Amino acid sequence: MTGHEQFAEDLTLYALGSLEGDAVDVVERHLEECAACRQELARLEGEMALLALTTAGPSPPQRARQRLLKAIGREPRSLRTVLTRRRWWTLAPLFASLVLAVFGILLWRENVRQRDRIEALRADAASNQATFEEAKHLLALLTDPSAMHVTLVAAQSKPQPAGKAIYMPGNGALVFMASNLAPLRPAKTYELWLMPMHGEKPVPAATFKPDPHGNAMVMMPPMTAGIEARTFAVTIEPEGGSATPTMPMVLAGS
Amino acid sequence: MAELYDRYSALVYAVALRVLTDTGAAEDVLQEVFMQLWRHPASFDARRGSLGPWLAVIARHRAIDVLRKRRPQTDLEDVVITIEANLEDNAERARALEKVRTSLRAMPDNQRKTLEMAFFEGMTHSEIAAQTGEPLGTVKTRIRAALMALRRALNPGSSSGLGTV
Repeated sequence: MTGHEQFAEDLTLYALGSLEGDAVDVVERHLEECAACRQELARLEGEMALLALTTAGPSPPQRARQRLLKAIGREPRSLRTVLTRRRWWTLAPLFASLVLAVFGILLWRENVRQRDRIEALRADAASNQATFEEAKHLLALLTDPSAMHVTLVAAQSKPQPAGKAIYMPGNGALVFMASNLAPLRPAKTYELWLMPMHGEKPVPAATFKPDPHGNAMVMMPPMTAGIEARTFAVTIEPEGGSATPTMPMVLAGS
Repeated sequence: MAELYDRYSALVYAVALRVLTDTGAAEDVLQEVFMQLWRHPASFDARRGSLGPWLAVIARHRAIDVLRKRRPQTDLEDVVITIEANLEDNAERARALEKVRTSLRAMPDNQRKTLEMAFFEGMTHSEIAAQTGEPLGTVKTRIRAALMALRRALNPGSSSGLGTV
């Protein structure tokens, strides 16, 4: 046992703001003289901050931002109003000092703000840069017309049309790659469909045309997030696409 | 300030709304927290923690003050936060928050509920005891145990702070 253990539970409640009555004064008096308990309080605040950071909810309305910026804009004006009530020349030296002081405070405040912001941005930038470089290389490989596209099939069999869809239902991200597609007749297009999990109406994902080698790629078409997919399919449709798929399916996969 | 607002307003608003369950009151807290930061920028000391967690804690304190219809009880300068994880690193931050969520899910229902009543509903331990019919000592111990479970999840092998649980 240490002398601090008696404070353990009360310190937790104090950090939460749940402590009441005389116990609050007792804890605060103890905190004034006990570095270990101050350290423990900071740690508890940290754990509660992480708990708070798990909170998710709607974003604040746009008017809240305008209200804040307006309120900030109003702050210096109240100072000017007070000063103009007196004859200005009697306040000239004070005014000059105030201008310098306000200017100094603004510079210092800006400095503090920028320093914090730079620290946060620097960390973000390093992480984002690495992710961006990786994504850029991947995108270059996927979209470069000179890149080789090789479809491997069972030896001695004729290459058949094939497609691969990569899909994340959570955010609706979709990449689709196809190979060995037959050339289209004029005024026709291939169309990619998402067949939802629970039998709802097929969702048109994108129309596309293959290159002369029969290869095609669809990257991140606009999709509604949250649709669970049972099957992806490709059909041939009139130019511009259709609202419902026209049979037969050229490709399908679950 | 506009940049700081764009970066952290959703967090401050979410915390205030969770406590107050009233969008108008949550907006007022959002406004007050950022006005305080504007008027007293030096109250946040970057050497004592990251800005996001600090704002989250301030937002919660202010929301509970509003809930209890009382004047602000906590000076901004008094809020000091120690977090071992580097929350500026997105991956590390995501890992830490996932540990918190996993720990909450793993808690016995009555322990998690008691922590939520104290943390998000701003109830005092005696109010919780009155509402749940549990003895006061049980409520205190349960809240402490919940936070220590959180601590162990974040730092496996860490001690349980000052006292035994």
